[in-house]
Amino acid sequence: MSTKTLTLAGGKRKAGRIVGNVVLLLFCLIYLSPVYIIWVNSFKSRAEMYMNVLALPETFTWEYYMGAITRMDFVGVFTNSLIVTVCSALLLVVLCSMTAWALVRTKTRLSRFLYRFLILTMLIPFQTVMMPLMQEMNLLTKVLGIPMKNSLGGLIFMYIGFGAGMSVFLFHGFIKSSVPASLEEAAIIDGCGTWQLYWRIVFPMLKPITVTVIILNVIWIWNDYLLPSLTLTSNANKTIPVMTSMFFGTYSIEWNTAMAALVLTILPVIIFYFCAQKYIIKGVMAGAVKG
Amino acid sequence: MPLRKTWFALFTIPLLFAFAIVVIVPFLCGIYYSFFSWDGLPKNPMIFVGFENYADVFRDTQFLSSLLRTTLFTLLTVVIVNVLAMAFAMAVTSRLKLRNVGRVMLFMPYLIGGLLLGYIWQFILGDCMTMLGEITGREDLFFYWLSDREFAFIGLIVVATWQMAGYMMVIYIAGMQSISDDILEAAKMDGAGYWQTFFRVRLPLLMPSITICLFLTLSNCFKIYDVNIALTRGGPANATEMVSMNIFNEIFSKSNYGYGQAKAIVFFFIVGIITMLQVRATAKREVEV
Repeated sequence: MSTKTLTLAGGKRKAGRIVGNVVLLLFCLIYLSPVYIIWVNSFKSRAEMYMNVLALPETFTWEYYMGAITRMDFVGVFTNSLIVTVCSALLLVVLCSMTAWALVRTKTRLSRFLYRFLILTMLIPFQTVMMPLMQEMNLLTKVLGIPMKNSLGGLIFMYIGFGAGMSVFLFHGFIKSSVPASLEEAAIIDGCGTWQLYWRIVFPMLKPITVTVIILNVIWIWNDYLLPSLTLTSNANKTIPVMTSMFFGTYSIEWNTAMAALVLTILPVIIFYFCAQKYIIKGVMAGAVKG
Repeated sequence: MPLRKTWFALFTIPLLFAFAIVVIVPFLCGIYYSFFSWDGLPKNPMIFVGFENYADVFRDTQFLSSLLRTTLFTLLTVVIVNVLAMAFAMAVTSRLKLRNVGRVMLFMPYLIGGLLLGYIWQFILGDCMTMLGEITGREDLFFYWLSDREFAFIGLIVVATWQMAGYMMVIYIAGMQSISDDILEAAKMDGAGYWQTFFRVRLPLLMPSITICLFLTLSNCFKIYDVNIALTRGGPANATEMVSMNIFNEIFSKSNYGYGQAKAIVFFFIVGIITMLQVRATAKREVEV
């Protein structure tokens, strides 16, 4: 009798769990349905789209994709986005981790001030500095001949400046809580120079937070629109978001080609996500705990 | 181990140099520009007008209404995003088999980026809605949302929620995982039900995560631009123009560089004050175990 009720209760719980799983899956599918709708319609002609927007296409034609690739100069803008994102993210890791370590290990009024100042300036909205920044970059480009405007190098430099606060904050918190100073002292007694000490001993210990910093910066820089749209004026230099906005702004929208373009621009992100999904979610979580 | 001065300089100066050039100098120049009347052309003179630009900002009805709209948008979106994100986090930290699949899928929209999200939803809320209306015959609900003042505004909330909920979910997951099972077990032993445990035990212990999430959603919503420009371009008839877009248009479309910059400085103070107040208020409610 008692065993029977037990299995009955167990069966109920099992049924509840199956229902829970089904509900969760259905919800997620509905949640992501906009991506599905864009994908199926990137293969359809206008007439077919009007027949049923939700249905799968009759044939998978690459016609609209070919159109989108040539019109957007997809290979070119993809390369630009990749160069800017990779270089900025790597330089941010190198420079910000060095700065954060120096700020943690020197307990002076100056280091405390610099840290607080960096954090506080994170509150400045981009809209507040965009116009004067563009004036300054014009000046540097025209008067001093340093190519800041309309160059990928200049854009990378600007990302280092804008990313500094957040990245230093994350490295600073991690070094303070998880990197013991005693180890560094031991290395110094053994005759290790500061440069070697940092790169051989300290930096390898920063691996977990480095992953987080890279991921957060990559997501931000890859998708950023306003800054590159202000600095990059020639088509040859444009990044993916800037080109997408031109695509949607100048042509009266032909949705099938436009949707093929959207799928093309989202695809690299999704591939990257599925390859590194474990690290991405963990990295964002680690960033949240430190933040 | 005190770092020698030269090493300190060597390690910090490269970054601080970039930071100063990109953030500090423009910020200070921005304050300077905001006291002038100027159309942005180098050959035209900058006329000093003192605080006149600032006085005009507070008389500018379009700016004030976009500020009000942004505030309303922020309040609604912050609440919806955080409630939804917490519900997601509860679902994907449960014992369900598909919890990891759920995590991966719900976080995905955040990676796509505001501009592309805006364009995706421009189709969904525009043409796709119209077509659905023709198929289902429910044209009162399925119509071209983006050409209606209220529905375009709701559309912005939907898209911003879709973008941020997954990101906040991940932060709440981190917070929930740091709550030890012992405490939840103890609450259960003491006879607390599911909702009682949620409100009396989980929620207070989640306060640090709530502080972070509120901070992020609040400042992201207030500064929203990419989604705004891609989804509605501020239309119909400026009905969905948020503050960021108003500032951008004032400077770069209407060429009022000095006046637009004064708006930008006011914007900085508003964002700064709101986020500081919020962090203070929620940080007070954090509890220690």
